[in-house]
This record gives sequence, C-alpha cells and structure tokens, in this order.
Amino acid sequence: MAPEEATLETREVRARAWRAGRGRLLVFLHGAAGVPPWNPFFDALAKHYDVLVPEHPGFGTTPSPAWLRNVGDMAMYYLDVLDNLKAERVHLVGNSLGGWIAAELAVRNCSRLASLSLISPAGVRVKGVPMGDSFIWSPPEAVRNLYHDQALAERLLAEPPTEQQAELILVNRFAAAKLGWEPRWHNPALERWLHRISVPTLVVWGAQDKFLPARYADAWKARIPDASVELIAECGHLPHMEKSELAARKVLDFIGSR
Amino acid sequence: MEFIFFHLMPYRPLDMAERAKHRSAWVVLPNTLYDPKKGAEEYASYIEQLVSAEALGFDVIAVNEHHQTAYGMMPAPNLIAAALIQRTKRAKIAVLGRALPLTNNPIWIAEEFSMLDNLSRGRLIAGFVRGIGTEYHATGINPYFSQERFQEAHDLIVAAWTRPGPFEFEGQHYNFRYVNLWPRPYQQPHPPIWIPSQGSSETIRWASHPSRKYPFLVTFSAQELVVRYLEMYREEARKHGYEAEGNQLGWAAPIYVAETDERAKQEAARAIESLFNDYLNNPWEMLLPPGYMSLSSMQRTMKMRKSLGTQARRQTVDDLMASGTAVIGSPKTVRAQIERVREKTGFNRLVSMLQFGVLPDDLTRRNMEMFAAEVMPHLR
Repeated sequence: MAPEEATLETREVRARAWRAGRGRLLVFLHGAAGVPPWNPFFDALAKHYDVLVPEHPGFGTTPSPAWLRNVGDMAMYYLDVLDNLKAERVHLVGNSLGGWIAAELAVRNCSRLASLSLISPAGVRVKGVPMGDSFIWSPPEAVRNLYHDQALAERLLAEPPTEQQAELILVNRFAAAKLGWEPRWHNPALERWLHRISVPTLVVWGAQDKFLPARYADAWKARIPDASVELIAECGHLPHMEKSELAARKVLDFIGSR
Repeated sequence: MEFIFFHLMPYRPLDMAERAKHRSAWVVLPNTLYDPKKGAEEYASYIEQLVSAEALGFDVIAVNEHHQTAYGMMPAPNLIAAALIQRTKRAKIAVLGRALPLTNNPIWIAEEFSMLDNLSRGRLIAGFVRGIGTEYHATGINPYFSQERFQEAHDLIVAAWTRPGPFEFEGQHYNFRYVNLWPRPYQQPHPPIWIPSQGSSETIRWASHPSRKYPFLVTFSAQELVVRYLEMYREEARKHGYEAEGNQLGWAAPIYVAETDERAKQEAARAIESLFNDYLNNPWEMLLPPGYMSLSSMQRTMKMRKSLGTQARRQTVDDLMASGTAVIGSPKTVRAQIERVREKTGFNRLVSMLQFGVLPDDLTRRNMEMFAAEVMPHLR
C-alpha cells in the first residue's frame, strides 16, 4: 500500500508527510535518520488506522523555523500540529528521537492522545549504562551497530547512497545534532515528569540494541504509571525496520485493546 | 614581514604502533600512552625553544589550545604564555587561540587574557578560534551552535574589555548579571585580536568586517588554497569599501630549512609525515561534526572529498612539498616560496612552525637558527 504525500501546515511551517489507511489517526514520529522507507510495519498499521508519518522540521526537505532549537520546541510544535488536525484520541508512536519527542509531548499534554507507543525511545539516560556514540560512528559502523542481523547490515551497506540521498543524510545529521548532541540524546528533566503521562503506554525495545541498551526500558516502565514493556529478540535499535511485522503486531495488539 | 614562532607541543614519544590501532590521535587515544616523565621532558624542551625564539629575532612567540590529544600538549595555553612572559622581554606573546565556543563562561577567557596582558605590560596578542571538530567530541559542546557561540562569546569578551563595568550581558548562549573585569587589559582599548582559521568563508567574512578588521591567519593548507583564502579576505574587504592591509593577512605553515633541498627533505620527511598522518589525521565524523561548518560548506567539502576518492592514503613528504602545505628546502627555496605567496597576496604575517611532528630537539634547533639567519632577514 503506497502512502499518499501530504503537507502539514502549522503556523509558518510546511512539513512533508506521508499518509495511508483509514480509521483512527495514528501518528508515527521518526528517528534521527529521517522518515524511514515505507515498509511492512507501516502497511500493517495502515490496515487498521489512518497512519500519518510527518517529517520533523529540519529533516529531509522540511525546513526548520529559526525558533525550533531543541526537543522541547519540537514537542510544542507537534502539540500545535495535533491541534490543527483537530485530532481526537490519537495513537502516538515514535522511534528513538521520535520516541523522545512523543514523550516530551505527552508529559506536556495528553488530551489528544489515546495511547503512546515508544519504540527504543531516546530522551532518558540511565547512569552507568552508556549509550553508543552515534556521532563518532562512521556510516558503515552505524549500520552495523543499529542492526542486530549483520547479514542484513551488509546487504544495506552493499547499496551505497546516491548523491541525492547523501545530501539528505547530511541534512538529517545536522538536524539530529541540533536536537541530540548535548545533553547527549536526553533531557535530564524528562525522567522526573514521566508520571504526567496519563495514557496507556507501550515500550518496545530490541534486545540487542547497541545504541540505547534494552535496559533503558526499565527506567521508562518505572516512571510511567500505565506502561508495559515488550522486548523483541534478535533485534537492534530499529525494530520497525529490522522486525517490521513483529513490531507492528506488538503495537497493534497494544492499541487494539485500548 | 612579521615573523611568528609558533608551537603545537606534540607528544613525540608516542608509540606509533599503538596509535595505529585507534581511529585518531584525538579524544579516543588512550591516555595510558602518555608517560608523564617523558611528557615533562617535552614541556622543558619546548619552552626552551619558545624562549630562544626571542633572541633569534622573532617578533612574536605563539602557543595554541587543543584538547585530549597527542597532537598538542596545551589544553591550557595561557599557562605556557604565563611562563613565557616571565622569561622574555621584547617579543609579543600570542595565544593562537583560545577556543571560545568550548567554554560556558567566556568571561574566564577575558579575565585570563587581561591578566596576561598586565603581566607582560601589553605584549599579549589574543587569538580567537572555534577549536577543531574533534574538540566538540572532547567537550560535549554542540557543534551545531559553534558559530553562534563563537560570535556571542567574542562580543561578550570585547565588551568585558572595553565597557565600564559592572554591566549586564543578555545573550542567547551566555547570560551574566554582572560583567565587571578585574583586572582590565593593559593595552587600550584591548589586546590585538587575531583569527587563525582553516579558511571557512563564514569566518573570513566575519573577521574582515570594517568594525573588526581582524588579522586572519590561514592554517596548514595547500599554497593554492592559502592564496585563495587570503584573496577571499581581500575581496570581502573591498565589498566593505576598504583595501585590506598586509598586516591583516597571515599564513601558518610548517617550515624546514637546511643547507640543501635534499638535506632538508631528508631531515624533515619523517617528522612532517608524522604530523599530517599520525597526529592530525582524523575521520570526518570527528573532524567535521554536524554544524561545525555550515551545511553548504559541508556539502561542498563532501563532494570534494568524493572526487578525491574515499580511500585515505598516507601523505608523503613529496605530496606535502608539492602542494606547498609544508615549506621545505634550502634557504633560497624557502625564501622563494614565501616570496611567491607574498607577491600573490601581499600577506605580511608569517606563522612559522619550525618544530612539527616527531622532529627532534637538535634538528629543531638548527632549523630555527638557519631560518632566523638566512630566511628572515631577506624577507623583512
């Protein structure tokens, strides 16, 4: 099922977005590498929901307004986006950086949310359990560290990016650094406000995540009042990419019962 | 021409076989490879070299700041500058430079420079830099805001030096209820500010602005690029409606002089190759973190690298001499190369690095003496 391209106009920002399926609105917030390719994960969700995948300002070809300087600004921006959509009872899903944005949004205001699904979210740091240093990794190193299945990593590495893709990778790197360099991939204040998340929350983690170790899931579960954790075996930091169908099933099982 | 004797203070006893096991001599190179007994000897040698430059006739003695690296043992260059002030009388002391964005309190930089200026009775030259890309890994400071922080820290330091205190500073990155420098700088209105840079167009445009007219020193580049960047400064100055003076233009290069071209090349080869391959070379993720350069500069750089091929290969002494990145040869050869760049650009400040890489003390000494006796007087 190919998604349709859409534009989200919010204040002066015109953001690209991709949309497919029918039903209640499900918004997926992407990670630091930008909008992922549409794959069976999104197809599975779109069988039951109206799936909207917006591009964050500053990523890809969506320009960033000057006022957007940190993840807190990004969370406020997405509250504006939801208000503009007049969305009710939205299922909000986010991976990595997108999970962080989703959590920052939810601690501010859950009134438009029905559920929250965080797939290996950034945003919280567990002392003594170091994150991988994604900014020092070379591109091949990054692929090998983000995927557990090394045969898959090698297949991905066998197709080097086109010049156009390389430019977008660079744009996304800049946007990711702005939001995640310091403090590295987290907001020290977020953890103390996670109890504000008043909707049922699912935390999904790849058991072999080398960027944000799976032990981080415990910290999220401990702080969010109604949270459950699903670990995915033999999977790295990107369960929606590496174990698309299984990751989709975990999310669908969770939000289907809400 | 004005001559600056510049030092990086590399850690020469580095075990190169161990070094080769790591992606860089910066940030990730285990500091267990640093032997304090040997390091202390290095400091002693280097301070002797810097002090002796005054008697040899250099106008300026210069040190610089780098962090967490065997490339240079001066994370706090002001400490070395303070030692040099006690042992010299005439020469200017340049710190080229302090990395402004890397600190959260630029007032400390203003204060320390002010102290050095008082201690030396006005011999200080204040260099301002952004630090190299690896230093954003070393400090955790976000490279995305590097330019913003540099400019704001500069504004704060200059205000601290020149505005009667106490005053309040309200910035984006820096905010201080009280700015009130004790001591104030010795030189009025403030010590000269120099801008060493690898040649980013943003920096050149900023330095050449008529409100600043800061001397810009191109560091370690092929001569073709040195000429291009100095010319870029001149063009920016013309756009602002003035003609840049030679004293606004500088060139920093490793230089080695010996009796003949052959001997110079033979003596300098291992040291110059170690500088560029073992000490300075970095993967681009470390050297150019996101935002350190603007996106458009970065895109141009990436394309250039692609056309050069992605396979990193060691640079040889021949490569470095052919590009003119290093100036190596007999006094006549070295004079001619410097003359050629001067004819093309009118630059008037030569930042000579006469110890580089693993170059030992005895060769450094001979290089300094021959440069002072047979190159400097001809170019003055």
